[in-house]
Amino acid sequence: MKNDIIPKEVIEQFSRSSASRHFGDVMVVGGGVSGIQASLDLATAGFKVYLVEKAPSIGGHMAQLDKTFPTNDCSM
Amino acid sequence: MEGKAGNFKVTLTQHPRYIREDKCTGCGICVKYCPVEYPDPFNQAISKNKAVHVYFSQAIPLVAYIDQSCLYLKEKKCLVCDSVCQADAIDLRQREEKINVAVGAIILASGIKPFDPRNHAEYGYGKMQNVVTSMDYERLLSSTGPYRGEILRASDKKHPKNIAWIQCVGSRRTTMGGNSYCSGVCCTYTQKQVILTKDHAPDARCTIFHNDIRAFGKDFERYFQRTAALPGVRFIRSYVSVDREEPENRNVVVRYATADAGVKEETFDMVVLSVGLTPPADHLGLAQTFGIALSDHGFNRADPVNPIATSRPGIFVSGAFQGPTDIPESVFSASGAGSLCGTLLDKRRGKLTKERIYPSERDVAGEEPRIGVFVCHCGANISSVVNVSSAVEYALTLPNVVYAKEQLFSCATNSAQEITDLAREKGLNRVVIAACSPRTLEPLFRDTLREAGLNQYYMDMANIREHCSWVHSKQKEAATEKAKDIIRMSVARARRLEPLQEFDLPVNKAALVVGGGIAGMTCALSIASQGHPVHLVERDKELGGMARRIPTTLEGMDVQAHLSDLIRKVYQHPSIHVLHDAQIIDVAGYVGNFETTVESERGVSRIQHGAAVIAVGADVYQPTEYLYGENPQVVTHLELGERIAEKDETIESAQSVVMIQCVGCRTTERNYCSRVCCSHAIKNALTLKAINPDMNVDILFRDMRSYGLREDYYRAAADKGVRFIRWEPEDPPKVEAGTGEDGRPVVKVTVADPILGQRLELDADILSLAAAVIPSPSTDAIASLFKVTLSPDGFFKEAHVKLKPVEFATDGVFLCGTAHYPKHIQETINQAYGAAGRVLTLLSRDTVVASGAVCAVTAKKCMGCGACLDVCTYGAIEMQKSRKGDKAVVNPVLCKGDGLCNAVCPTGAIVLQHFTDRVMLSQIDAVSAISDSVLQIDEVTACD
Repeated sequence: MKNDIIPKEVIEQFSRSSASRHFGDVMVVGGGVSGIQASLDLATAGFKVYLVEKAPSIGGHMAQLDKTFPTNDCSM
Repeated sequence: MEGKAGNFKVTLTQHPRYIREDKCTGCGICVKYCPVEYPDPFNQAISKNKAVHVYFSQAIPLVAYIDQSCLYLKEKKCLVCDSVCQADAIDLRQREEKINVAVGAIILASGIKPFDPRNHAEYGYGKMQNVVTSMDYERLLSSTGPYRGEILRASDKKHPKNIAWIQCVGSRRTTMGGNSYCSGVCCTYTQKQVILTKDHAPDARCTIFHNDIRAFGKDFERYFQRTAALPGVRFIRSYVSVDREEPENRNVVVRYATADAGVKEETFDMVVLSVGLTPPADHLGLAQTFGIALSDHGFNRADPVNPIATSRPGIFVSGAFQGPTDIPESVFSASGAGSLCGTLLDKRRGKLTKERIYPSERDVAGEEPRIGVFVCHCGANISSVVNVSSAVEYALTLPNVVYAKEQLFSCATNSAQEITDLAREKGLNRVVIAACSPRTLEPLFRDTLREAGLNQYYMDMANIREHCSWVHSKQKEAATEKAKDIIRMSVARARRLEPLQEFDLPVNKAALVVGGGIAGMTCALSIASQGHPVHLVERDKELGGMARRIPTTLEGMDVQAHLSDLIRKVYQHPSIHVLHDAQIIDVAGYVGNFETTVESERGVSRIQHGAAVIAVGADVYQPTEYLYGENPQVVTHLELGERIAEKDETIESAQSVVMIQCVGCRTTERNYCSRVCCSHAIKNALTLKAINPDMNVDILFRDMRSYGLREDYYRAAADKGVRFIRWEPEDPPKVEAGTGEDGRPVVKVTVADPILGQRLELDADILSLAAAVIPSPSTDAIASLFKVTLSPDGFFKEAHVKLKPVEFATDGVFLCGTAHYPKHIQETINQAYGAAGRVLTLLSRDTVVASGAVCAVTAKKCMGCGACLDVCTYGAIEMQKSRKGDKAVVNPVLCKGDGLCNAVCPTGAIVLQHFTDRVMLSQIDAVSAISDSVLQIDEVTACD
């Protein structure tokens, strides 16, 4: 019988392509305080999360605030 | 996006950062050299930043990005960043990328957009330099802001001394371009800005032009009082417009009218527009992409029984896309959305996640301490005051320090990696991080040590930010010396640190929910639907709680139908066990392993559970004011609502109904707002007007607090002829029994009308009182059983107002509903799902980790006096009999390591590990120490 071992490159290519496909449990749209909390909770509870944010950093509007009321804690 | 719940396919466009994230260290050299300046979006375009920069100093990921203003991107010129970057991180050839992601559920947490007043001429924003929005002002206040925390005017860079705030900009307006709803947060954030302004400049004069003051949240009333009591602060109830700018000094002239003084003009150095919240910028696009329905205002169209759901199954919303919300609600609705995803995807749980594996721990007990010191710049937070290089040099002179280095941000991912790598390379066995408070980042740095194969307790943080640079910003040299002192102390401490073991505790998979109202039932169902047994204990014979007395909500939800549905689902659920007539007698155990004894219709039962949720609800104040209980014509709002629903003849035939707000709260005795009563009054008024449009309905109020989208109903009530009359607490309405003109018995209500400037006399067939919401009578007992704390107003106190709104400081115990604070049914549902979400983060794991920094007793020294037992807040110590008498024993799981017991122990038998006398004394001795005093320390400890 002819040796039909699949060439190594083909296997590599295949595993690469399946690795580059993104499978997750939940997508969270928006990386402000709400999106961050949802992502952390879900990840802790055993789900794979994609957190999607349009700005170059997560944090949202809360990151822009100086302090928060009514305790005047630092917003960051 | 396509697909359906459980199987969505989303295509994303990833915009190029033009930076290789994996290579960029966030060092900022490229920023220094970049020749292009453009308005910094993070600082509200008040200051400029470079075309390449890090979005903000604590950005995550902490890497630079290149904006479209870049010369190379525009004209293929420059590339100076590329030539200076030592990490080879610049990549200007990056292109947009399409990414396909398959997920089972989606959470839209797209937040809000602050209202843009640019196109509203009456505010002069964008035309007058010294008119700013509240968002601009936040940046002005911030130490990372455009002027590094100095409040300066744009026109002359001088400190404004006379500032006005204008409330309700873009909110509570039906004029073109405004929003009719109330944004709910502006009253209180303005008060915050006033307090902070006074911190910056105690002599500043602050004037707030406002409508109602909506201090409806927990502790908001006190916060308002605190603000109003500050010297030089005026609250003026008036509509205002920004009239003109004075050309010579760019001051801003504001025009306003008050009831007593007519139209006035006043000049201010700066005017802050308290802008409202609007739906996210691309809400229409979002709705179209995800196929969800929006409300008329552009927020998610809420399902009345589940504000987290959208019109499309599998897609949820959290945060301000539900409608204008504050941070705590954004946080617990996020946890709630998490819980709903968990219900949907329970079968997939744990399939795609990966356990973190740490390298095995190196035993260094026999080694001489080899300490590495990392001194953090914290951007400029530390380095602008403390000379970091000199601190590093100094650290190298300290005993046992074999390595020291400065870092821009020690907390950045790459810096943490660097610490791990250097610890291995240099053979370090102790690490000192001279940076900020351990409160936030200690877990991160402990993790860094674990990655390096070291016991995590071999790390100490020297706080040279909060304890040094932040408080000594004007004394740079002295601050540098102090930073060295702090580092020296920390090094002394590190030399004595011992490795401690954390231990894993198994987690019982069941939950206990205390209280069977809407909050408790919603929470119980959400937990049970994710495969966990739930024990629901209710003190009454029936489920339903306070909601049984509420026929509908203001928004028209049929509460009784929803309640019956919930009750049916609870009874039918195979994993929910309900105990009626129940009273909790005892709570033992700790996170993951509680045992609660309950006495109920079924006798005494002991319930084992891993988590507990307190949802005991609230009660209604029984008024002693306004003839309540004496005159049958005087009722509460709750009773009025019930009687309307029963089609009570007396109510339906009434000619006149008068309502008095704030009965029993917003007083010295109960210094809080009950939050729900204004909407409750409006709801009853609208129903009465629907029954009989000719009925006279008067609402006597102090501030109408129909916050959020409820404002539309306030307006509708006014349109339907409901009269709103404001009274001042100094001159409350007077009530007496009497007869009307036609001889019918009435309640005569007199009230001063500040607008008309005269006293009004109203004949009421029914007088309805907005009786306060008060803590449930069981609150104190439950609090002491579960060892949780209460707020000054007697409601349960959450672990953190903003970030842990459904947790207690006691691990494993959670909170939702009106037990936390009065709230509307929709808010309760949000919070109940939120508590369920947080419970699941605990119950879905098999183990929880208990800290190693806990107390231990040296039995030989213990004389069994029990002093430690009395001071322990967590009930972590018990006495055990032994042959040598009673001995204190610490349950390491309950112990929080607060050390109170250490201080009272007369024999020094009880020791807080990681903070032993040995460690603390060496730290203290190092305060005064010159390096040779280490010898003395050795002598002291040798005698120990």
